[in-house]
Amino acid sequence: MNRREVISWAAATTVLAMTKVASAEGPPIKIGMSMPQTGGLAGGGKASLLGIEIWRDNINAKGGLLGRKVELVVYDDKSSASETPALYAKLLDVDKVDLLFAPYATVPTAPIMPLVKQRGMLLIGNFSFQVNSKVHHDMWFNNAPWGPADSWATGFLTLGRKAGGKTVAILSADQEFAQNIATTARDVAKKLNLPVVFDQAYPPSTAEFSSIIRALNAAKPDIVFVASYPPDSAGILRAVNEIGVGDNVKIFGGAMVGLQFAAVMENLGSLLNGVVNFNTWLPEPSMYFDGTKDFFEKYGKRAVEAKVDPLGYYLAPYGYAMGQLIEEAVNATKSLDQRTLAKYLRENTHKTIVGPITYAEDGEWKESATLEAQFRGVKDKNMDQFRSAGRQVILFPDRLKTGDLITPFEDARN
Amino acid sequence: MFSIDLLLDAVVTGVLLGCFYAAVSIGLSISFGLLDVPHVAHPAFLVLASYGVYLLNDSYDIDPLLAGLLISPLFFLLGLITYRLYYESFERRGSDAAVRGIAFFFGVAFIIEVLIILQFGVDQRSVTASYIGKAWRIGDLRIPIRQLVAFAVALGLTVVLSVYLSKTFMGRAIRAVAQDEEGLRLMGANPVRIKQFAFGIATAVLGIAGALLIVVAPVEPTLDRVYIGRTFCVVVMAGLGSISGTLIASIILGVAESIVLTMFGASWAPAISFALLLGVLAVRPQGLLGR
Repeated sequence: MNRREVISWAAATTVLAMTKVASAEGPPIKIGMSMPQTGGLAGGGKASLLGIEIWRDNINAKGGLLGRKVELVVYDDKSSASETPALYAKLLDVDKVDLLFAPYATVPTAPIMPLVKQRGMLLIGNFSFQVNSKVHHDMWFNNAPWGPADSWATGFLTLGRKAGGKTVAILSADQEFAQNIATTARDVAKKLNLPVVFDQAYPPSTAEFSSIIRALNAAKPDIVFVASYPPDSAGILRAVNEIGVGDNVKIFGGAMVGLQFAAVMENLGSLLNGVVNFNTWLPEPSMYFDGTKDFFEKYGKRAVEAKVDPLGYYLAPYGYAMGQLIEEAVNATKSLDQRTLAKYLRENTHKTIVGPITYAEDGEWKESATLEAQFRGVKDKNMDQFRSAGRQVILFPDRLKTGDLITPFEDARN
Repeated sequence: MFSIDLLLDAVVTGVLLGCFYAAVSIGLSISFGLLDVPHVAHPAFLVLASYGVYLLNDSYDIDPLLAGLLISPLFFLLGLITYRLYYESFERRGSDAAVRGIAFFFGVAFIIEVLIILQFGVDQRSVTASYIGKAWRIGDLRIPIRQLVAFAVALGLTVVLSVYLSKTFMGRAIRAVAQDEEGLRLMGANPVRIKQFAFGIATAVLGIAGALLIVVAPVEPTLDRVYIGRTFCVVVMAGLGSISGTLIASIILGVAESIVLTMFGASWAPAISFALLLGVLAVRPQGLLGR
């Protein structure tokens, strides 16, 4: 090799190296989202965001996506449906984000669906319920284990019928999420030939539930399906504890949001015993997948500092999994093109810390992994008890089951 | 499904619920009813008091009602400072003080909400006490003891405040400033100081009302929004400034809500308070016991 060849080789190597450095330090990939950080949904929103942030830190430590760092652009939507359309327009037009994550929950997500569809953006959903059923956006991928719309009610009412229940009471909050759930509960009850003997929607401002529980008792139902939001769930359980629901009730609970959060569980303590309620992740043996344990170790350390749910079972691992979905799709396709990523997400099964995810045509999970679990042996004022297996025994679905229903409800409470 | 037992249950629950509404509204009856201060931050102060009670109960295991009493002097001081700020910034400066005052108190409410979130996070908080979660049984009727506690404390508060405002020198001065501020000034008294003191009392009462709020149900930082409509409705329906009227209006509201919740369906309940308010104002524009 003569001197000219050496210089040429050195120059070419330097240019190549500089190109690599330039690409590694290229502009970050921006993922935009709003998240409830104040208002009624903030407890869940903050935990979900922490899960996403842990994924961001992990992926950036590994060198980012396509050699570029990942940056999150996050706004507080105050848990309000009226805030999100403007925030997502800003994310697209001002911040010019590359990818979108939906805010936590149904109510803030529903109003952004038309905008996202119109702009041709892929949207990873965050625990909303049936927001795409009328919009039919073909690049919607809801990261929630609900699966088919009737999965919540099917699991609960099937358990109730197996326990000998013949009639159903439905108590629901008068807002979109709970009403959607209540509608499916009515349909499933009809399919299972279970007459609905009590069906009431209470306003979100209800301060005292004693009167409602008395009216429910008067109908003497065997199965009580409740679709409530966090502030109400605690009020309903207190009233049930004081007034009682009668020996005829085989199973009580179903879709009570709030009983998944550490502070609420700690506050309610033994009042939770016997309640069968939905959940998304629990520290039961059937729920550990690749990376799950490692994630909760990291989450536990950061949750205290961030003042978010110290357990984080309900939302945080799914926040992390939202990132894993994008990570897998981008790495497999080497692209940020929305349609290319959507095609990949639709056609493949994805490995995540909450288990394998396959999507159906409507952008919901093909197979439901919504858990129905029964609280057992819960003591007052002890959060750590919820970290061990056995406090929330999984009854449904069968593939994740870790125990059988204790019935009737009054027996299960003791 | 109608039954006499169910109706009786609903009435008893309604009376208890009404007394609780009275306890959380009675401070507003003084600040808004007697002093004409557009105190829309009243429910935010109430929630703040609940968090104070939570802190004492959680950290030192102090009974919630005792904790409410302990924080009342602090709330009295908070009331003095808030009124002085409002007076210097708005009331002293002109006739549109009420309109601008609403913006001021909305701002105060928002700041309180944010401070609570920063300090305690967004999760629900509740307290523990021997009377929470238990019921008193009479035949088939079960009455939650926490509601009986709220009932007794609300009655006590009403009696104490009524006696204070009608029998003591300062109480009568507060009533006088509500009726004729200029007249009081001509008598050589300082109406601003009297109003400031009255606002302090209205805020101090919230210490105990906040304790009842967290005894009755868990609290979260945005709970004030649930109570803003109800508390103003009670005070206007009662007749501005009438303490006993506040108790009566609250009981009417509680019983009506409870009967509707039990017998006709929960969806109708929010309309009840404002329907009752419209009905009362149509017949008695000055409110139930207003002059």
